[in-house]
Amino acid sequence: MEGTIVKSVDYNAYFGDNHVVKNVNIDIPRNNVIAVMGPSGCGKTTFLRGINRMHELIPGATSKGKILLNNEDVFDMHPIFVRLKIGMVFQRPNPFPNLSIYDNVIAGYKLNGIKLPKAEKDKIVEHSLTRVALWNEVKDSLTKKGSFLSGGQQQRLCIARAVAMEPEVLLFDEPTSALDPISTSTVEELFHELKKNYTLIIVTHNMQQAARVSDKTAFFYMGELVEYDETKQMFTNPTDIRTQNYITGRFS
Amino acid sequence: MDVHIKYRIGKSGVFQVVVAVLAFACVVPLMFILFYILKAGITKINWNFLTNLPKPVGETGGGIANALIGTIMLVLTASAFAIPVGILCGIYLSENRKSKLAYWSRLCIDILQGVPSIVIGIVAYFWLVKPLGAFSALSGSAALAIMMLPTIVSSTEETLKLLPDTLREAAFALGMPFHRVILKVIIPCGFSGILSGVMLAVARVSGETAPLLFTAFGNPYLSTNILKPMQSLPLLIFNYATSPYNDWHDLAWGASCILLIWVLLLNIFTKLVTRKWKVQL
Repeated sequence: MEGTIVKSVDYNAYFGDNHVVKNVNIDIPRNNVIAVMGPSGCGKTTFLRGINRMHELIPGATSKGKILLNNEDVFDMHPIFVRLKIGMVFQRPNPFPNLSIYDNVIAGYKLNGIKLPKAEKDKIVEHSLTRVALWNEVKDSLTKKGSFLSGGQQQRLCIARAVAMEPEVLLFDEPTSALDPISTSTVEELFHELKKNYTLIIVTHNMQQAARVSDKTAFFYMGELVEYDETKQMFTNPTDIRTQNYITGRFS
Repeated sequence: MDVHIKYRIGKSGVFQVVVAVLAFACVVPLMFILFYILKAGITKINWNFLTNLPKPVGETGGGIANALIGTIMLVLTASAFAIPVGILCGIYLSENRKSKLAYWSRLCIDILQGVPSIVIGIVAYFWLVKPLGAFSALSGSAALAIMMLPTIVSSTEETLKLLPDTLREAAFALGMPFHRVILKVIIPCGFSGILSGVMLAVARVSGETAPLLFTAFGNPYLSTNILKPMQSLPLLIFNYATSPYNDWHDLAWGASCILLIWVLLLNIFTKLVTRKWKVQL
């Protein structure tokens, strides 16, 4: 299944009168890792949250244009359906504090009222936790609360929770910015594994991370998509002067 | 050592002593009330006291069964109105912090908190007693329910506001519809706070007298019909303590003691429950 999975067409996002994402057109190929980088306030997170229609949950937030998922505009679909197809992992690990590790993984089913046989649930939990390299660490404490884990483990639990829903796309909003270096490298290694099955879009303000993990990189500046290219090309030979300035650290 | 520093150390010491003494001073009235009521009331309490009806003047013995059952029914009926409405209102306020409706209802709740209970009683009188043509437990419950609302609403709102937004986002990002986010994530995570608000509201109205004076009215007999007048502990205490008969004074002391123990237990239970069910965020 090659080709484009997510495509934005003249996508604009606003907070009230504040125009934060301006006319973004981007093609995201299937089973790739896309890094979205840029200075603070450049609209990268807003763009990401536009993709699974999380942006509109904020009071006063509006958007214009199209986001196509498999050639279907997400704004024509029900947001719940969109979010089942496009999973999301947040900046700070946010496992459900009232649920056990086990229930956190299947939260998407459990809390949505989808009944599954026990055997199937066990399978999903083991499979998802294995995918995020957490199974061996928690398999003996599945009944403990999710908040009992360390920050890095919690973040992997949140990734497992998103993976358990078998989405097509996974969005990551600065997923390692609240983690220590060791946890960060564990999560980064995961990206390589996960891209076999999913398309990953990762917002990061860490250029090294973008360079390490991604196949393609998009550079946002002042709400515009300035440049979008193969990561290697972007970091060795950027075409836009603003990208060059950013990468060489002339502004941040 | 520098005299100035010594002076400051001394001043700090005096200040600490003053704070400790004043903190203790807050405990004294409660201890005094507890001691006094327990001393006067505990000897009156026995099985007959709890299960018998009051006897007419001149006969010894008698109990407060009608007031106990009445209080329980009044508070339960009031809770049935106030708890769902209060919690839902609190949820609305915490989910829609900036809307016009939230602004006005928050204002109203704050004002309601300060409305004297006797005034709420009058309102219940005009709304329910007059149209129905009789004093009734129902009208008393309505007055109590109105008194419970502010506590429940604001404790629900405050509890839910403290939950991080990331929790809601996590739930929405999993494709959960709004009502499930509320029912399955927000309420369970804030459960201990909501419950403690409810219990405090119950404890508070259990001892309310003024709004019941011309609504539930009181009843020397056992009644379980909510459309008829009903006895309650505070009303019994009010009527019997102001009467000239010693037997009735004893009943009032015993009833005060029961009421006090009930409120104490509720408070202690609330503390235990909130600690046990607190969700570690």
